[in-house]
Amino acid sequence: MKRITKALGDITTETSQLGQLEPGVTLQDRYLVLALHGAGGMSSVYRARDLHFPNVTKTVAVKEMINMATDPSMHEMIIRNFEREADLLATLSHPAIPRIYDYFTHESSSYLVMEFIDGKDLEAVLQESDDFLPEDQVVKWAIELCDVLDYLHHHKPQPVIFRDVKPSNIMVDGYDSIRLIDFGIARIFQPGQKGTMIGTDGYAPPEQYRGEASPPGDMYALGATLHHLLTRRDPRAEPPFSFSERPIRDINENVSPELEATINAALSYDPADRFPTAEAMRTSLMALAQETGILVSPRTAASAGQPRNEIQEVWSFECEDEVRGSPLVVDGVVYVGCYDNNIYALDAKTGDFIWKFATEGGIASTPASDGELVFVASEDARMYALSADKGTLAWTYYAGGPIRSSPVVSEGHIFVGADDARLHVVNMFNGSAAWKQEVAGPIRSTPLIVDDRVYFGCESSDFYCYDFRGELKWRFGKARRGITSTPILIEGMLYFGSMDWSLYALEAEAGWQIWKFRMGRPTISSPVFSEGRIYTGCADGRIYAIDSKGGREIWHFQTEHQVTGSPTIFEDSLFCGSVDGSMYCLDMRSGRKRWQFQTGGPLTGTPTVSDNRIYFGSNDHRVYALLT
Amino acid sequence: MTFLQRLFGKAPTDLEQSDPNGIETAPLDPKTIDWAALSNHTLVGTSQSTGVERAHNEDALFSLLGSSSGENSVPNFGLFVVADGMGGHRSGEVASALSVRSVAHRLSADPLLQLFDLNGSADSLPVQDLVRRALQDANKSVVSKVPGGGTTLTVVLVLGNQMTIGHVGDSRAYVLTQHETKVVTRDHSLVNRLVELGQLTEAEAAVHPQRNVLYKAVGQGANLEVDVETFPVPKNGFLLICSDGLWGVVPDKEIERIAWGADHPQAACDELIRAANAAGGPDNITAVLVYFPPT
Repeated sequence: MKRITKALGDITTETSQLGQLEPGVTLQDRYLVLALHGAGGMSSVYRARDLHFPNVTKTVAVKEMINMATDPSMHEMIIRNFEREADLLATLSHPAIPRIYDYFTHESSSYLVMEFIDGKDLEAVLQESDDFLPEDQVVKWAIELCDVLDYLHHHKPQPVIFRDVKPSNIMVDGYDSIRLIDFGIARIFQPGQKGTMIGTDGYAPPEQYRGEASPPGDMYALGATLHHLLTRRDPRAEPPFSFSERPIRDINENVSPELEATINAALSYDPADRFPTAEAMRTSLMALAQETGILVSPRTAASAGQPRNEIQEVWSFECEDEVRGSPLVVDGVVYVGCYDNNIYALDAKTGDFIWKFATEGGIASTPASDGELVFVASEDARMYALSADKGTLAWTYYAGGPIRSSPVVSEGHIFVGADDARLHVVNMFNGSAAWKQEVAGPIRSTPLIVDDRVYFGCESSDFYCYDFRGELKWRFGKARRGITSTPILIEGMLYFGSMDWSLYALEAEAGWQIWKFRMGRPTISSPVFSEGRIYTGCADGRIYAIDSKGGREIWHFQTEHQVTGSPTIFEDSLFCGSVDGSMYCLDMRSGRKRWQFQTGGPLTGTPTVSDNRIYFGSNDHRVYALLT
Repeated sequence: MTFLQRLFGKAPTDLEQSDPNGIETAPLDPKTIDWAALSNHTLVGTSQSTGVERAHNEDALFSLLGSSSGENSVPNFGLFVVADGMGGHRSGEVASALSVRSVAHRLSADPLLQLFDLNGSADSLPVQDLVRRALQDANKSVVSKVPGGGTTLTVVLVLGNQMTIGHVGDSRAYVLTQHETKVVTRDHSLVNRLVELGQLTEAEAAVHPQRNVLYKAVGQGANLEVDVETFPVPKNGFLLICSDGLWGVVPDKEIERIAWGADHPQAACDELIRAANAAGGPDNITAVLVYFPPT
């Protein structure tokens, strides 16, 4: 053990002495280092000026191989690898391959001087774009890549297998032409006692893991690269050889079936099923480019015109103002609040009017019920208890500000938050206050009550956990904007969204933040859980499915406007409304749309499912019932 | 002799002597201590062996358990790490040891010290990001300091009732409950991938000559994708972290039997290592076993 510690200490000292070249350093009295251009695991690339051309500025790329191996044979091997890259490049001549000018060794480092390519690699291009890359662009690059791979595969005296086609090894220069960089892949791992370690890639073909390198292997890696460019799903983050589990058109429906088929052929598990040569794949790409006309017109007009309703309503009921809240369905009756100040009771089967009760403010929340009484909170700062059958008033509770949080019934009490910055706990039977808790801002999040604890978010950006005695257990203060979203608790973990564009996962016992998922805009949608996934809406117009254990996106579905309501899951369907006016039914597992129902106004509430029907209100003043 | 007898068997004679501080203590009768009361605490055992066939130990482990009780007490904290190094010229053992130190340093500095911060207002990253970065930092250290070396790395950070697992390679984390025993990490081995693809059966995989070939490990390149997931701790159950020297040799059923059959996780760990060596001990063996109480 002592020996290992000492060895590590030695290496550390050596590393800190090495470092990178400073701008202003001149190598070989010829190459003036201007700036660090990029750095990888064992090498750095500098932008440098060739001083042999004093009258013009000739910019070159200097690649420095840092050899930190202390073992002499390892040191030797690293140098040999680097020399091999230099020798190989020196014999190649193709517009898509950078030219090599010089090679030398200085002290413990070796240097390659190459053509400087002013551009970006495709990984950077992908990172900097917000949306899918256009198909015509990707096809153009693919054709050029086939061209250079074909050149390499037919190189004399011996074919060259690139073996490392991936976005970060492909540059796009100032003329939008591609260049292959980094021919130094022949990384040899010492066969250790345990076994041999092999390329990390995600782009590498299966047979490369057996040490085989052949032209179809490069075609596989090209297919993997194109798949990544078109889907934005990084294969390094996925299990190897799992492309067939992520069909391109499931993720990016703008891609033509022809291109998908070509890429799938390149990605065949068995090399014999792939394109035998790069030329064959190039031919296929050229053909589809002409057939689909993508080289002529890049965009298809997919979402033109008003969507037709693919499903019929069972009934709809017209109120006098917008229905922004969410309905409650109990014992065959739909209770729903409306901005006309009324709460309505409707027959769930027929949509027939049963009763209504007028408050003095708009109702944005969802009513609650214990079967006998219905509780409804209003922006008039009051909460009302009404008899479920006739809608007669049992009691009224006065808060100090408008109530936009929804009441929750638990242990004979009603829990509700209000804009007076208080959580109110009210005796269910007589409407008297049991206790109140003042917090840092208005509470519009609906409290969650589990095992004698109350969890709720606050517009101040805090999230609180109190026990039933009103004692603070913990407070989470790391969100940067308000928390309007209602939390859920699954297996000891809390999930909720914030206006700071994030979905949070907290450990429920002490409020530890386990993960955070960043979305494109603020969210007030309340998450739901099913089969290990969290589903939520966001003002970026998307409905997201997120892995509950790891906080990774599984899929998202783009609507035409903000999603402020929350999804509802029924069997394997997800229902969610959007401010674009549509109710969407998606396949919960894949995020694919099953149907869409267009209403006359934005949908801001959450649908409720009961007896195979889905109930929701719209800002077109109507309450709808549809078959699931 | 049971664990309790070993622990308390000699106690009466020792305790009869006067206490150095002059405080009088009464000896405990071992029979009055019940196992259930003792098992209200999180218990941990660790064990390691070079195995029968190997000359060097390239595995590394780390275990840190913090328990507290009392009103408004600090939540439970635990950090458990297993690394299985690989690479010639002894770079495997350097890589695994370096990785364990790097992870332990990173994760004890941030979440552990914050536990004791009474204000609790420090602006820290989500736990999963801390774990992911800890593994990525370890990767950077190995890439720059141990060329040609690599290691698997399985890290479990327990905070309160949740445990966050960061994982690369083919060491494993198991969760053992009364109902089932399941592997909660994914082996990043080529053979396992071929099983997932239906190209190999489990039985073929177990004897495949390339079953040690990994497609992901610490020390392979500048970018490392880490699996990070959070699970509730198994109440009245176990967490086992082990290298393939254990799971590749001792069947899951046998692991299960030993864990539940022993008096204490330490005894179980020792027994697990014995079982692996008895089955030939082809590789280094490392096991960390943590018992979580019912409440």
